[in-house]
Amino acid sequence: MLSKRLIACLDVREGKLAKSVKFVDTKDIGDPVEKAREYYEDGLDELVFYDITASSDKRRIMLDFVEAVAAEVFIPLSVGGGVRTVADATDLRLAGAEKINVNSAAVQRPELISECAHAIGAQNVVLSMDVLRVAVSDATPSGYEIVINGGRKRMGVDALAWALRGEALGAGELVVNSIDADGTRAGYELTLTRMIADAVRIPVIASGGAGQPEHLQQVLTEGHADAALVASMVHFGDYTCSGLKRYLHEQGVKMRMRW
Amino acid sequence: MSRTLIVDYDAGNLRSVQRACHEVGLDAVISADPAALARADRVIFPGVGQAASAMATLHRSGLADALRHAITAGTPILGICLGLQISLTHSEEGDTPCLGLIDGRVRRFALDDPRLKVPHMGWNEVRVVRAHPVLAGIEPGDEFYFVHGYYPDPTTRDAVLAVSDYEREFCCALGVGNYVGVQFHTEKSGRVGLDLIARFGAWDGRFDAGGRS
Repeated sequence: MLSKRLIACLDVREGKLAKSVKFVDTKDIGDPVEKAREYYEDGLDELVFYDITASSDKRRIMLDFVEAVAAEVFIPLSVGGGVRTVADATDLRLAGAEKINVNSAAVQRPELISECAHAIGAQNVVLSMDVLRVAVSDATPSGYEIVINGGRKRMGVDALAWALRGEALGAGELVVNSIDADGTRAGYELTLTRMIADAVRIPVIASGGAGQPEHLQQVLTEGHADAALVASMVHFGDYTCSGLKRYLHEQGVKMRMRW
Repeated sequence: MSRTLIVDYDAGNLRSVQRACHEVGLDAVISADPAALARADRVIFPGVGQAASAMATLHRSGLADALRHAITAGTPILGICLGLQISLTHSEEGDTPCLGLIDGRVRRFALDDPRLKVPHMGWNEVRVVRAHPVLAGIEPGDEFYFVHGYYPDPTTRDAVLAVSDYEREFCCALGVGNYVGVQFHTEKSGRVGLDLIARFGAWDGRFDAGGRS
């Protein structure tokens, strides 16, 4: 049977690891290509890069960066951030990304999902959704709402309905990122993850909130997620990919243990 | 140095296969030229996409005949994913007649468990059931990366080299004569996958089990 996957996410701006609240000192994190290689050699199952390059004329730098990683890392690569057109997706694929993540642009223009699925294959289109816990209402019967622009803009779209629509439009996988849990290191949003994983027939990647190995175990069992995404847990050296996988394996979660 | 040709028939990104070849020191070129294929020392036949459109491109380009020629000439050939599938006689995907390099059919996963997802995507264990030079070194517990909704079902059971489990057992690697094919993306399967490509690069194309059907 399939193993559960450990996925690491790196935020990249113009080919460098981005500074953000979570990245206190970029020097400690190092060059993203090196980091990718390190994780790959330490048993990581899949890598995700989010391009947070502000201006579109710098996109070439990201493509070169993806090429550099693809020459050194022989596991699936997924790239997202600013994918607005099929051309954005096919450019990234040619550079070496297997999977393309779409997010805000798909919320604003859902056909982007089906266009990308047609162009690069549904299994390679990942719909990444940023989700905020809200009051249950007519517009948001699941109690979760889709937000964009890094969580700043509420869209009035129900998260569960959006997940189902994304699947119907041809998304091959979903990243469910909880804005409430993100950055807290207090654990993934289990209720949200399980609700969506139980409703769709495509794999669900849980994102946001991981701080302890137990959190990964919870989301991969109780949360019904197929994969757990981590970022700061491994970037600062608090945990290693192999250490997390060994822990999960010892807890009875099926993981790929030889690499 | 011998040259490996990666067959370019407009079926997905072939550069990841080329990068993996380079990583293990193989001189690999991507080419859509049937004449170059006929001259190649070894051939990798990868691909993602749909069987019918892939077959149409292969026929139109003359690559289908060149592949058949390479099989009879004894050139070592490695099929990967869709490349493996369309090497068989027929695919259920779009009810498509395929190359027939290997006798057999490509079947869609028909699963009873509604929680199991198709395509079968992710890392899964590969169990070698018949020794083959290209699969030598795969050990119990080694996992490879899969993305597929269909799987190969060769007519000759002797052709099955390795199996994997997704609700039930399915063939994930087969070999007949100078042809070996893998359903998983060996180029994206980390060290174990690169090792397989390296062994293919050192293989002389001989395999005496079953014979070509």
